[in-house]
Amino acid sequence: MIALNVNRRQYSVDVDPATPLLWVIRENIGLAGTKYGCGMAQCGACTVHIDGEAVRSCVTPVSRAAGKIVTTIEGLSADLSHPLQQAWIAEDVPQCGYCQSGQIMSAAVLLRENSKPTDSDIDDAMSGNICRCGTYPRIRRAIRRAAQLMASGGAK
Amino acid sequence: MNIATGMRRRDFFKAGAALGGGLLISFYLPELSGTSETDRAKETFAPNAFIRIGTDDSVTIIVNKAEMGQGVYTSMPMLIAEELEADWSRIRVESAPVDPAYNHAVFGIQMTGGSTSVNSEWERLRKAGAMARMMLIAAAAQTWNVNAQSCRAESGYVIHAASNRRLSFGALADSAVKMEPPKEVVLKDPKDYKLIGKPTHRLDTPSKINGTAQFGLDVRIPGMLTAVLARPPVFGAKAVRINDEKAKSVPGVAAVVSVRAGVAVVASGFWPAKLGRDALDIVWEEGPNATLSTASLREQYANLAKTPGAVARKDGDPTQTLASAAKQVTAEYEVPYLAHAMMEPLNCLVDLRSDRCEIWTGTQFQTVDRAAAAAVAGLKPEQVQIHTTLLGGGFGRRANPVSDFVVEAVEVAKAVGAPVKVIWTREDDIRGGWYRPMWYDRLAAGLDAAGNPVAWTHTIVGQSILAGTMFESVMVKNGIDGSSVEGAAELPYAIPNVLVDLHSPKVGVPVQWWRSVGHSHTGFVVESFLDELAHTAGKDPYEFRRALLAHQPRYLGVLELAASKAKWGAPLPGGRARGIAVHFSFDSYVAQVAEASVADDGTVRVHRVVCAVDCGRVVNPDTVVAQMEGGIIFGLTAALKGEITLERGRVQQRNFHDYPMLRMNEAPDIEVYIVPSTEHPTGVGEPGVPAVAPAVANAIFAATGKRVRRLPVRASDLRKA
Repeated sequence: MIALNVNRRQYSVDVDPATPLLWVIRENIGLAGTKYGCGMAQCGACTVHIDGEAVRSCVTPVSRAAGKIVTTIEGLSADLSHPLQQAWIAEDVPQCGYCQSGQIMSAAVLLRENSKPTDSDIDDAMSGNICRCGTYPRIRRAIRRAAQLMASGGAK
Repeated sequence: MNIATGMRRRDFFKAGAALGGGLLISFYLPELSGTSETDRAKETFAPNAFIRIGTDDSVTIIVNKAEMGQGVYTSMPMLIAEELEADWSRIRVESAPVDPAYNHAVFGIQMTGGSTSVNSEWERLRKAGAMARMMLIAAAAQTWNVNAQSCRAESGYVIHAASNRRLSFGALADSAVKMEPPKEVVLKDPKDYKLIGKPTHRLDTPSKINGTAQFGLDVRIPGMLTAVLARPPVFGAKAVRINDEKAKSVPGVAAVVSVRAGVAVVASGFWPAKLGRDALDIVWEEGPNATLSTASLREQYANLAKTPGAVARKDGDPTQTLASAAKQVTAEYEVPYLAHAMMEPLNCLVDLRSDRCEIWTGTQFQTVDRAAAAAVAGLKPEQVQIHTTLLGGGFGRRANPVSDFVVEAVEVAKAVGAPVKVIWTREDDIRGGWYRPMWYDRLAAGLDAAGNPVAWTHTIVGQSILAGTMFESVMVKNGIDGSSVEGAAELPYAIPNVLVDLHSPKVGVPVQWWRSVGHSHTGFVVESFLDELAHTAGKDPYEFRRALLAHQPRYLGVLELAASKAKWGAPLPGGRARGIAVHFSFDSYVAQVAEASVADDGTVRVHRVVCAVDCGRVVNPDTVVAQMEGGIIFGLTAALKGEITLERGRVQQRNFHDYPMLRMNEAPDIEVYIVPSTEHPTGVGEPGVPAVAPAVANAIFAATGKRVRRLPVRASDLRKA
C-alpha cells in the first residue's frame, strides 16, 4: 500500500510502485482532470505539483509521490478563484481544453517563482506544454493578466 | 410523467409532430439517457429537439454538434438564445443523443465537420428559438387575457408593458406546453441582435480549467475494464501467432483477445493493459504493404505527375498557350503524410448487453458510428446509444469513414463480455494511419511579354480520401475526388488558359480528411507557385495578386485588409521579410501576411502573422479570432515540422519527440481582422490553415531567395553555404 496526499486528502492505494502517478490519480483516486497525452514527458498534459514543483506525472512512478504533497488541477482552487483561472476565463483561453489542466499547473509554478514574468520567462516555463489547438497567444496573455491580478490583489 | 398535462413526454412529442406546420423543425425528441423522468419533471417545456425550459427558469440547449474546441457549445446556443430572448446566464448545454432530429441540415447524417456548423444551423436554430419564444408569449397572453402582439420577450421573461406585468420563462413553462406551435416564425432584424455579432465568453471554459470537463478518456462506469491493443506494424498485417503467456502474467490483466484491429490486452486499468500489451509476442503476416516506403512513393508520384490525369478543370487551350508563351515557369511541389495528433488520444468505452449497446466517446460521426457499432454488435442501430463527450481535439480524425476506433471497441467488449474502454497510446495514434495524404504536384505557367500569366497547368498526384467511403458516389465524379482538387480547381486568378488534372494512385496507407482537407496542400502549392510567377515577372507579389483578382471583390477585401494591417512594403528590422497568401476554403476568404527570418544555420523563425478573414456574418467574433489563431498554429506545425514517413511499410515516427508540434516559444504574434459582412455565415474551423504555409514560404523566399517547394521546411535546404 502506498500513502498519498492529493489535494490535501489522504489516500492509500494498492498498486505496483512503478505505476505512473498519472494513472493512479486518474483511475485509483478518480481525479480525471490530469490528462494523458504522450506517456513520455513530451507534452505536459499530465502536469501536477509534487511539493510545489511541476512534474510530468506520466513518467513519475507513484512511489516518488509517497509522503509528499500532490496537487492536481482539482486542487488549485475550490471555486475558480485562482488568478490563473480568472485570467483563463477573461481571455477565453481553452479551445478543446484537453491540455489546459497541464498548462495551468505549469503556469502556476512560474507565477509562484516569478511574479513578473517576461515573454522569454513564459517561453521557458511553458514550452514543455503542447497545445494542438494553438491557444499559445492566449495562454501568454492570460499569464500576464494573472500576474497583474496577483500584483493588485484582485484574486487570491 | 408530465404532471402538468398528464401526458407522457413521448406522447407530447408525438402530438407535437402531428401539430407541426411549415417549420423546418423536428418535433421528435427521443428519451434521453442518464436522466430519469423524475429528474426531468421540472423541465416541462420542450417545443423542439433543441430546447428544454424548466420551471426553475433553466434553459437547456441540446447541441447536435461535437465540441472539439471550435466553440459550438457557445455558438449554437447563441443562435437559439438570440431568438428565444433567453437570459444568457441561465443557458445550459447538453450534447444530443443520436437521432435523425439532429442530422446535419445539409449532409443528412449526424456529424460535425467541413467547417459547417454555424453555416448549416444558422436558419434552423434561430427558428427553433423563435418558435419557443412565440409559444411562451402565447402562454403569457392567454394567462393575462391580452393580445399576444402586445407582449414581448426579454432576458428570460415575457413582458406586457401596458399593464406592467411580467412572467419568467420558467413560470410559463407549464402553460407553454399547451400552446399550439406556430405555423410560421418571424426572425429578428439583424440590427436588433443582442448576442449575434457580440464577443461572447465560451460556456465551456470554467469546466475546462478546473478538471471537471469530461472527455471520452475520463468516463468511468461500474465494472469497466481497460484495453490497449497491439496493432499491426504494417498497415493491413495480420497476427498469425500470438504468445500471450507473459502478458497474462502481468498483475491486473484479465484477458487477451484478438480482434480485426489487432490483439487487445484487457486489464483493470491502463497501466497493466499497456504493460501486458508490451509483453505480447506476436508473429505478423505483413502482407503487400510491407514494401511501402516514402522514397519509392515519391518516385512513383513524380513519374505520374509528368503524365496527363483526369481533368478537373480546363479553360481555353493551356498546353498550346504555354508552349508559345514568352516565359515559362515549371515547378514541382510536395507535402508528406500527416497525422492529426489530437491531444486526447482516441478512446471508446462500450457497454454491450444482449439487447442494447451504450457507447461513450468523443466522435464527429454519430450516425456512421452507430450503424457500424450495431452491425458488429448484431443489434439494430436504434438499440445503440452514443453519448458524445467533449472531444480533446478532432481535426477530422474523429469522423472516421469506417468508425475504426468505435468498431474495435465493440469487438473487444463483445469478446470480453464486460464493459471495456479501449485507449490508444500516443504511439498507436501517430502510427495508426488515417493520415492527410502525401501529395506531389507539378505546375507550369506561361507569362506574356508584359509578365501577365496567360496559361496555368497543375497536375496533382495523391490518394483519394473519398474513394471507398459512403461519400464516393456523391463526391467522386469522372475520376475526380473533389477533395483532392479543392483549392486548385477553383483557381480564382484571371488567367485565360487553365488545366488542373489529377492522378489518384491506390496506396495501402489509410488516408482521411485532416483539418482543411485538400486545401491543406493546394493552398500551399497554388499560392507558392503564384508567388514564383510574380517574382519571375518582376512584380510585387501583393500587387500581382491584386491585379489578377480585380474581378473578385471578397478575395480583394481580405487581401487588402491583411496587407494594410501588416504594413506591406514598409521596411522590417533584422533580416525579417514578409510573404503573403490568400485562399478561399469552406466558403470563407482568408489572407495572411507572415513575417519570417532565417538564421545562418537555416532555422526559420516566424515572428508575426497578420490574418484577415471574411466568413460572412459573424456569430461570435472571439471564436472567429480563436479559430484563425488555432488554424495558423496548426498550419505552422505542418509547414515547419510535420512529416510521417514510411520505410519497409513501417511508420518512422512514434511520439511528439519525432512528430513534433509547434510550442509556445515558436508561436508567432498573431493578429486577426474580420471583414464586416452581412452575407450568410461560412466556415471558420478550417479556413485559417491553408494560407499560412505559403505565406511563410513566400516570406522565406523574400528573405533568402530560396524557394521552399517541399514541406516541412528543412533547415538543411536554407543553410548558408
